[in-house]
Amino acid sequence: MWKWLHPYANPEVSYHFTNKLLPWLSALAAIFLSIGLVWALLFAPADYQQGHSFRIFYIHVPAASLSMGIYFAMAVAAFSSLVWQLKLADASAAAMAPVGASFTAIALITGAAWGKPMWGTWWIWDARLTSELILLFLYLGVIALHNAFEDKNLAGKAAGILTLVGVINIPIIKYSVDWWNTLHQGSTVSKLGKPSMSLDMLWPFIFCFIGFSLLVGVIICLRFRNEILARNSIRPWVRELVKNNSSN
Amino acid sequence: MNPRRKKRLAIVGSILIGIGVVSGLVLYALSQNIDLFFTPSEITQGKKETGLKPSLGQRIRIGGLVVPGSVKRDPENLKVSFRLSDMAMPIVFKDSDPMVTVYYEGILPDLFREGQGIVANGTLTEHPPTGLSIEASEVLAKHDENYMPAELAEAAGQKHDKATYSDKQLQSKDN
Repeated sequence: MWKWLHPYANPEVSYHFTNKLLPWLSALAAIFLSIGLVWALLFAPADYQQGHSFRIFYIHVPAASLSMGIYFAMAVAAFSSLVWQLKLADASAAAMAPVGASFTAIALITGAAWGKPMWGTWWIWDARLTSELILLFLYLGVIALHNAFEDKNLAGKAAGILTLVGVINIPIIKYSVDWWNTLHQGSTVSKLGKPSMSLDMLWPFIFCFIGFSLLVGVIICLRFRNEILARNSIRPWVRELVKNNSSN
Repeated sequence: MNPRRKKRLAIVGSILIGIGVVSGLVLYALSQNIDLFFTPSEITQGKKETGLKPSLGQRIRIGGLVVPGSVKRDPENLKVSFRLSDMAMPIVFKDSDPMVTVYYEGILPDLFREGQGIVANGTLTEHPPTGLSIEASEVLAKHDENYMPAELAEAAGQKHDKATYSDKQLQSKDN
């Protein structure tokens, strides 16, 4: 496996790889998101007690689980950057942090908009909501550290340590609704046993979830590409690339 | 792996394990305080592990299921009372279950109904006929993680009608 992964430690190879990956990812994301969102927002049946308000589920849940998934991916990158000193891992972590922060914010905002009509409150300090808010602060801290140092390697190290310290928050968010009593309901889809929703509600969710995941992949690839260029701007291959692009 | 990487792996690994253990212990120690609410049985009998019991006059949150048939609404104003029992699976309501009565004046959340999960925030008091009760200043609905279309819910015997209010009841709020 290491032999296979090895060429991607080279920034130039990674740059061209993301270039090749991007059109496919974007096309798939567009297909899944448009099918999923139209199905979810227009054709999926309304919930028996929440009515149409329930449809915010199709954005809230993918955003919330991706906010945790991106953090985990960032932690894996930070780990490999600290242990193996892969410069590219730092670049990818820096590329992921703002995307994760945005999805955390989306989860919190859609959650508040859903909570007001259903629970009767925008916000409550229960374990699930509080730990998700802490996740947003962790992301903001990581972003701040990536930008706090002139030296990108030093910045990556500092941000990486914070990322690894914060990774303990991920299982806490995930299991908060099981470990403590909260106002937030338990998991509908990601749990042992059958999902607690009927199939005609579940299918559009699966499309939305895959679509949002692909969208995250697209945005991270775009940002990763820019990080590589910015961090290697003095290298000959980047100069060559810029020259070729400006002559077209 | 070369020795420098091995050393770094050991350092990073031990930091991760250390943080895991520390936060595990902290959360375990705080586990009683992280709960959002007391259940009716915890109010009457105390918490399971510590026996901690809220005292009269204390401001607490209670969470439980609205006991069917216990909702009493005043036709003149927004006063309402209902009893809560523990949220336990499977849902069966027995008269012997520990229950706490909630008194509230205000508009109930749309999802309020008999059998629904409710979290209420208020003062613990003792009312002569009903025993331990909560004078609530806020009532929130705690819905479960099950979603289903109306037809399927009806087949399963589940139905939701939100509480409606007459003009007279609504006007009583302004006075």
